[in-house]
Amino acid sequence: MVEWTDFERDTIQDIFSRMEYDVVGPAALARCLVVYPWTQRYFGGFGNLYNAAAIKGNPMVSKHGTTIMHGLDRAVKNLDDIENTYTELSVLHSEKLHVDPDNFKLLADCVTIVVAAQLGKEFTGEVQAAFQKFLAVVVSSLGRQYH
Amino acid sequence: MSLSDKDKAAVRALWSTISKSSDAIGNDALSRMIVVYPQTKIYFSHWPEVIPGSIHIKEHGKKVMGGIELAVSKIDDLKTGLFELSEQHAFKLRVDPGNFKILNHCILVVIATMFPKEFTPEAHVSLDKFLSGVALALAERYR
Repeated sequence: MVEWTDFERDTIQDIFSRMEYDVVGPAALARCLVVYPWTQRYFGGFGNLYNAAAIKGNPMVSKHGTTIMHGLDRAVKNLDDIENTYTELSVLHSEKLHVDPDNFKLLADCVTIVVAAQLGKEFTGEVQAAFQKFLAVVVSSLGRQYH
Repeated sequence: MSLSDKDKAAVRALWSTISKSSDAIGNDALSRMIVVYPQTKIYFSHWPEVIPGSIHIKEHGKKVMGGIELAVSKIDDLKTGLFELSEQHAFKLRVDPGNFKILNHCILVVIATMFPKEFTPEAHVSLDKFLSGVALALAERYR
């Protein structure tokens, strides 16, 4: 069970309540595929990922980026039980998608960078700490059902 | 993951844009680091206080960014160019090399907040590769 301070709770909920999921999601996933190109291994069916421009303009990447952000939404709405909230998603990523759990952290870092770029000065050290704590719990929960 | 000519050009271009703000970047990156990764404060236990934006943090931020500027100028051979800094980190400072990654991440976050337009995914990948190369060069003399 993760303990959240009021500041952390408020910060996380505030960021997500103001977030444009269909902007942040596509930007974060595209950035991940560009910055860590080996992550493209999971998107063989997505068509043209040959360069940064192709990745950014790829409609399947955009759609999937939005899907991922809505997946994070589940954790935001269940801050006190993220582990159980993600049991099925963890099994899915392990058994069906075969995603190396180390890659979750890479995507999380890209989400952080995109949110930082959106919020600018507002993304203070304290806000970053709360946001990264949230993502760390998500990443850990998604890796829990691997065996 | 060595730096291509494209990476070097991207790093030089980004540096020319951000270097005038290097004091602010150094201050923000270190201030952020001690808040987000409180374990890093142990390296500053000789300061009277370790708090974001303090005079010590500001001065140290300048030193760190000076090191980055040096690295940009030695981008064609980081190992040789950062030899002395590596010796200093290995034998005098003895900073666990795991922390280089932490500070690099904070630098990237600060650049994202200050230069969102310039910090495109293409610039990001080249800068990330460069900072990873700097970390590797800094760790060269450790053992």
